[in-house]
Amino acid sequence: MEPGLVPSRLHFADVGRTAVVGLRTRKLRAALSALGIVIGIASMVAVLGLSESSKSDLLAQLDRLGTNLLTVQAGQGIGRGSGRLPEDAAAMVARIGPVETTSTVSNASSNVYRSDLIPEGQSGGLSVQAVDLNLLDTLGGAVAHGRFLNEATAQFPTTVLGSVAAERLGIVGLDDRPVVWLGDRWFSVVGILEEFELSPDLDRAALVGMEAAETYLGSENIPTTIHVRTDPRFVDDVIAVLGATANPESPEEVEVDRPTDALEAREAAEDALTALFLGLGAVALLVGGVGIANVMVISVLERRAEIGLRRALGATKRHVAMQFLGEALLLATVGGVGGVLLGAGVTTAWARFRGWDVLLPRVALIGGIVAALLIGTVAGLYPAIRAARLSPTEALRYE
Amino acid sequence: MTILELRDVGMTYPTTPPVRALRGVTFSVEEGELVVVVGPSGSGKSTLLHVMGTLDRPTAGEVAVAGHRVQDLSDRELSALRSRHIGFVFQQFHLLSGYTALDNVADGVLYTGRPLAERRRLAGEALRRVGLGHRLTHTATKLSGGERQRVAIARALVGGPSIVLADEPTGNLDSATSDSIVALLEELHRDGVTIVVITHNREIAGRFPRAVGLRDGMVEYDASREALG
Repeated sequence: MEPGLVPSRLHFADVGRTAVVGLRTRKLRAALSALGIVIGIASMVAVLGLSESSKSDLLAQLDRLGTNLLTVQAGQGIGRGSGRLPEDAAAMVARIGPVETTSTVSNASSNVYRSDLIPEGQSGGLSVQAVDLNLLDTLGGAVAHGRFLNEATAQFPTTVLGSVAAERLGIVGLDDRPVVWLGDRWFSVVGILEEFELSPDLDRAALVGMEAAETYLGSENIPTTIHVRTDPRFVDDVIAVLGATANPESPEEVEVDRPTDALEAREAAEDALTALFLGLGAVALLVGGVGIANVMVISVLERRAEIGLRRALGATKRHVAMQFLGEALLLATVGGVGGVLLGAGVTTAWARFRGWDVLLPRVALIGGIVAALLIGTVAGLYPAIRAARLSPTEALRYE
Repeated sequence: MTILELRDVGMTYPTTPPVRALRGVTFSVEEGELVVVVGPSGSGKSTLLHVMGTLDRPTAGEVAVAGHRVQDLSDRELSALRSRHIGFVFQQFHLLSGYTALDNVADGVLYTGRPLAERRRLAGEALRRVGLGHRLTHTATKLSGGERQRVAIARALVGGPSIVLADEPTGNLDSATSDSIVALLEELHRDGVTIVVITHNREIAGRFPRAVGLRDGMVEYDASREALG
């Protein structure tokens, strides 16, 4: 700087003030161009928030159900076995070190009807299963009405109905001591179960005790499914040996499943959708950025006289560029904050509606604002440089 | 002390054919002088204003403002020179519509780095000086033409510049309002402000103590009112 000259200066606060006034005098246009950013940021925040909230709900569900439940079933079909497990399969599985409990289910090959007048063919898709008394503990099931089978009732013609079975049989409560026609005799219904989250097939079954099945239905009680709870640290080890332990002669005929895998697969599918929606949000954000660039370019053209005036008042090229960049950044900030608020609102409302915990990832909230600022900078840079390069005498010619 | 000095200033625009807007313009303005540059349209008045105001560099000759030689200064230094030493008044006023009169005037010293409160205090003083002490909070759109030009004059004065350049300050005003603006400029001159007025209006030019006549980009005459008779 030449001696005797004091450089032109523009305080940061004044850049902000000038930007606020600049946008306030063009309210509608500013609002519309900020709206593009609002939509982009809101959709990204909502997508991240909702996916996080639903994931947390799934984790809570998995936590409740436990991922250490395994089922052992006899394979069926050509090359997959006879559909039978050895009689002592459950006892052998229980001998695997990390196995905590086992519970056997055996298909009693009978049907259940509301009364003895129902034609045999109308079985309603319901089955009769002989079960161990620890079934509820092993599966994490619960009783809706009455009681589950116990040592005493398991010996007599009594049954506990799965939730779907009870509904199809038209039994909603136990107050009128309902009975069902099961096999060739009446069975008293002593309990109705809540839905099983991991074993929907048991929801469509009438459950009887092993002894009752033997006595009244002539069942041999060959295990069809064994539910196994293991030490959660050794689930994979148990899976590795389960087949050979349950059926040492032909381990390949044994199907071992982890029911929670299905839930995790569903989540993976949702993750793919999340990525898609994030991509759409990014496109919306980009369009919003183009909107800001467009508005700023028009603004520079319209305000040539103002640019000339400011140069005459002593603004340097940098000051002029800062003014227009400041306006673009302010637009983007307003859009970013609005978008984060809207996205958080949508997430909260939807998560509450679905009964999930509301989870707003910090990365989405901060990332939303940062993304808006980046877009604003990129969108504002070109118009700002154009404004700065305008020759003052040229600019002053416009009214 | 010489505030503005032009020596053999020429300005040629590189069009085809080239336009020689100024040729060998030489005159100077001393501190406290009130000078009018008068000439018909196309005589190079606007170009001369831009050159005097350091908004444009001449293609020939030398310009010095407040002792600083324009050809030695960078773009940033010219901005610094304008922010402290030159005040502009334009025919179209160039007020910012979203601002109050006070803030329009305060922006006259925006680029000096003074804090907002001080800028507004100075703006209030300048507006009172031009007789608009009662219009501080009015936005530019709510002011009459004469009032707008007074706001623009206050904006040119607010930083206490070495020289005020007024380009057709009465061009958009009716004759009664024009008279009051000329009277205001005369009053400021009596207070010691150095002013150069540019106009095509000979009648108005006749009211100023010294006139520089411009024709075809050259100085036709440079005389005091007494000499012009």
